[in-house]
Amino acid sequence: MAEPNDSSAALTPDEQRRLDEGLALVLPHYPEDRKSAAMLPALRLLQSIKGWLPPQGLELVAQRLAVSKERAHEVATFYAMFHTKKPGKYVLDVCTNLSCSLRGAEELLAYLEQKLGLKAGQSSELFTLRETECLASCGTAPCLQVNEDHHESLNRKKLDELLSKLT
Amino acid sequence: MLTPVTTKNWSRPGSHTLEVYRSGGGYQALTKALSMAPVQIVDEVKKSNLRGRGGAGFPTAMKWGFVPKGTGKPIYLCVNADESEPGTFKDRYILENDPHMLLEGIAITAYALDCHRAYVYSRGEFKKPSAILDAAIREAYQAGIFGAKVLGTDYALDVHQVRGAGAYICGEETALLESLEGKKGWPRLKPPFPAVVGLFGSPTVVNNVETLANLPAIIENGADWFAKLGTEKSGGTRLICLSGSVNRPGVYECSMSTTFRELIFDPQLGGGMPEGRRVKAVIPGGSSAPVLTAEELDLPMEFEALKAKQTMAGSGGVIVMDDATCLVRSLWRVARFYAEESCGQCTPCREGTPWQARLLRKIEEGRGEQADLEMLVQVASSIAPYPPIGLGNTICPLGDAAALPVHSFVQKFKLEFQSHIAQRKCPFGDSPWGHFGAFG
Ligand SMILES: Cc1cc2nc3c(=O)[nH]c(=O)nc-3n(C[C@H](O)[C@H](O)[C@H](O)COP(=O)(O)O)c2cc1C
Ligand code: SF4
Ligand code: FES
Repeated sequence: MAEPNDSSAALTPDEQRRLDEGLALVLPHYPEDRKSAAMLPALRLLQSIKGWLPPQGLELVAQRLAVSKERAHEVATFYAMFHTKKPGKYVLDVCTNLSCSLRGAEELLAYLEQKLGLKAGQSSELFTLRETECLASCGTAPCLQVNEDHHESLNRKKLDELLSKLT
Repeated sequence: MLTPVTTKNWSRPGSHTLEVYRSGGGYQALTKALSMAPVQIVDEVKKSNLRGRGGAGFPTAMKWGFVPKGTGKPIYLCVNADESEPGTFKDRYILENDPHMLLEGIAITAYALDCHRAYVYSRGEFKKPSAILDAAIREAYQAGIFGAKVLGTDYALDVHQVRGAGAYICGEETALLESLEGKKGWPRLKPPFPAVVGLFGSPTVVNNVETLANLPAIIENGADWFAKLGTEKSGGTRLICLSGSVNRPGVYECSMSTTFRELIFDPQLGGGMPEGRRVKAVIPGGSSAPVLTAEELDLPMEFEALKAKQTMAGSGGVIVMDDATCLVRSLWRVARFYAEESCGQCTPCREGTPWQARLLRKIEEGRGEQADLEMLVQVASSIAPYPPIGLGNTICPLGDAAALPVHSFVQKFKLEFQSHIAQRKCPFGDSPWGHFGAFG
């Protein structure tokens, strides 16, 4: 787990520039006096640049949107997709909600736990394994989200192939 | 034969592109709408009997009618593409297969409401659907469909997509507005309703993706045509998301009068049950909707018919459980979802939802007593009594959504709960998930 003083957590000048350029595309879509509304897009940008939301990044976003850093932190911790702790390189989200469980999701999760040597909720350098809620892939269950990509109608063979590519 | 409305382009190659959409007559309805007075459009929608497809089935024109005139504030349109109700996956198919039908619907609606800024709030996990929608929005700007002069007229419209970040509660309309304002998704106490005080304190209409995708067809073919496709009080067709233990899961455009039996057994739709299995239970409208038994399959999937049976057509998510499925485990899974997604703002929901899940776990694992079953119903009643639907004790209807499945499963399948308690174990042993429950 990365500590707040982890050197990789600070944004380089180049990363700051990318954040500002991204923000410049989004801000015109909000009323002049409501720039703080761009919090979710800003955090998404930050996460796409750093892979997670380090404290220094949250501070920068708060500053750019003219809100307190506590506010940025409050929003960041509310949403499941935002990582305020550094996750593994691949975040594996297994949907075990009803439609997926009716199509083998519980066994899929158990299989992943055994293969990766992780319990749901745990992380290694390479993987973060989580149980997640319905991903709107119920008709193509069971499904798994790897970072932000969906993999659907999974079976053991497809899953093994997928895992072999995650290095 | 069903006249397809929202799915009519899906089988055309390149259906997500502006070129293909236009070649099928796309954006002609917008041209027609721009030549009409806004009030005429609202009238058409009223006559069409269009009802919201996001969950509540509220008459769309009536909702628009609550927007006050002449407040001097801008009016906003927010499109709900948060689609997170378990069992629901239709809006995603619209975004992926026909984003321009939605965009045309947005433009027509925004014009009718005198709105110049529309936001599409799409769920954070929709990477692919969002990318397709963003590309379609760019095409629409380039073609002069959005921007300062919509199709060459003096009407200006800005459309922007914002992605959520993984929170079911942001599908609730006031939580969605909070999230769009850059905050955590805590629902607001109503009234005031969003139509009066919504986004940025301005009058705001929130509509579901599928609801708005119907607008081009209504304007193009007329309200009477649309109304006639449906039943007396519900115009048009519906997208049904079929999942669980059935041979052909998927999204199907259905007539409002299609019954659950037809949906499950029609070879063109669900294609029947797996060999040797029978239907035990069906959730008719997303996991919040009270469950139906195998004896109730001849009900149509229309809003009023289901309401009369103390359940709801909801979001169109139909989940089928076969006779080898453990309903205690199924309900436990549903209860965990609501416990996980409660925003924590109201005590009955914050405390009651995990309590429901704990009691269900205890019963499923064979540690339950009769008193636990009674307590379960008591906890559910303290969040929201049942029947009727809609008397919840909480700020938003997530509380009702969490309590309704518990009430209905226990009422309709009590014996199954009792046999868990009497046998001190799950009668389904290691395979509680029915025919397709193994991972092969
Ligand atoms: C907990 C909760 C979650 C909801 N999730 C969604 C959703 O994901 N998509 C949606 O369109 N409506 C959802 N709704 C319903 C919305 O609050 C709102 O009624 C709907 O978007 C209105 O659009 P419509 O009138 O076109 O149906 C949800 C409601 C609740 C209480
Ligand atoms: S009912 Fe639940 S989700 Fe809704 S506001 Fe209250 S605590 Fe939050
Ligand atoms: S239940 Fe798993 S995607 Fe819907």
